[in-house]
Amino acid sequence: MSAAPGVTTTPNNGYKLRAEQLGVVYARNGNAVAALEDINLDIKDGEFICIVGPSGCGKSTLLNAMGGFLPPTSGSVTIDGEAVRGPDRRRILVFQERGVFPWLTVEGNIGFGLSKLPRAERKERIAHYVQMVRLQGFEQSYPSDLSGGMRQRLQVARALAVNPDILFLDEPFGALDSITRVMMRAELLRIWLTERRTIVFVTHDIDEAVQLADRVVVLSSRPAKIQEILTIDIPHPRNISSPRYLTLRDELLKQIGLAYEI
Amino acid sequence: MQLSVRLRPVIFILVLLIAWELAVRMHSGLLVPGPFAVAAAIVELLYHGLLLKYVVASLFRVTWGFVLACITAIPLGLALGWYRRGELAFNPLSQIFRPISPLAWIPIAILWFGVGDLSAIFLIFVGSFFPLLLTAMSAVHNIPAVYVNAGRNFGLNSSAFVVRVLYPAVMPQLLVGMRITLGIAWLVVVAAEMIAVNSGLGFLIVDARNAGNRYDLVVAGMVVIGVIGLLLDLGMRSLEQMKSFQWRSSEE
Repeated sequence: MSAAPGVTTTPNNGYKLRAEQLGVVYARNGNAVAALEDINLDIKDGEFICIVGPSGCGKSTLLNAMGGFLPPTSGSVTIDGEAVRGPDRRRILVFQERGVFPWLTVEGNIGFGLSKLPRAERKERIAHYVQMVRLQGFEQSYPSDLSGGMRQRLQVARALAVNPDILFLDEPFGALDSITRVMMRAELLRIWLTERRTIVFVTHDIDEAVQLADRVVVLSSRPAKIQEILTIDIPHPRNISSPRYLTLRDELLKQIGLAYEI
Repeated sequence: MQLSVRLRPVIFILVLLIAWELAVRMHSGLLVPGPFAVAAAIVELLYHGLLLKYVVASLFRVTWGFVLACITAIPLGLALGWYRRGELAFNPLSQIFRPISPLAWIPIAILWFGVGDLSAIFLIFVGSFFPLLLTAMSAVHNIPAVYVNAGRNFGLNSSAFVVRVLYPAVMPQLLVGMRITLGIAWLVVVAAEMIAVNSGLGFLIVDARNAGNRYDLVVAGMVVIGVIGLLLDLGMRSLEQMKSFQWRSSEE
């Protein structure tokens, strides 16, 4: 954490989140293992960023460092010009699975971060997000009674309910079957287009990245560096058989080194 | 089909009771009573008001010893499980104390507390403390990191974190540990009452033998102990079945 708040010369230049020369080194079995190296990334307010890369390359590490769950070894992450020093309810991380609290009902989970609100307002907020993620009729259900897709929608609702600036999603649909996954992408896009939060989305699914993102960040294998940032200049709703889509998809596959090997 | 499945244990018990009665009749002259004699003994105890008195006495000791162990061992175990350093410091001590049977403490209990309720309560406390401590520590270790991170993410302070994440997350495992420990406590109380007090179901068994080889009363005491142990276990199980506690089984 080298940059203190206020030391940043230009207040993020209109960027929401800024990673500068970010590096993370792990200690594993007594050896220092570099997970991230020299990550420089600027994310605009309201932007949808996907992070892709080979498995185990450090995508989640990058997300955890940006979310404040992992202190960087070198460099810094600043949000609105303020250095990230730990987890914060203004930016919520959505986990791949088991992220919802199994001892709380759907309502209890969505209201988890709202305990300080007055009763009526809390109720209203919960109802709003129950509707947004289409869980009406399941308000009193426990997560064990929901399907995997419903649980992930619940987790997104719990995150959105506290009105965060940034949503970090760590392979949120990775444990779902492929049909549910496609439906969940559409749901997330619909929510993003109405709420316009900044989203940083880690995935190992190339199609997911090209369908969702404004920009796709490609990480190299370990230690992860930014290999390429690809702008997806197709307006929503995206036609996934359009030539432009296929070109960008091919480009992304080539970046990961897969294009001619399948 | 359903009914016959339910009846199966009942039929099995009936067969055993008949075999027991036949065996006793074929070898008359032994001191071991048959089921009718035992039933008569239970009625006799009820009639004299002793059964209720002794059951209440035993349950009273178990409740105090067990509750005291719960309110000390569980918070301590949770704290030690959370702060690994504390656990490392405490571990050797608990490993030494744990294998000592609570019954080995009987002489010291009598030395400290004399013959009476306090001794029995102390023995139950000692017998319950370490199992509960270890359960609480391992329950904390088993909390998925996701819950802890989610709790931190929503900005909970430490006391809110304990109440809203830690406590519900450890509850299912804790309840299983409490049920098993209550079984241990019930074993210990009978042993303790044989030596350290003058009432209760354990005392009934020893007293009936000493006061004229009333083996019908001895077996009656055993039957009552078994039935109450079963009821305690069923009670704890029904707690485990409560919807907001039972998440673990369905989640994994």
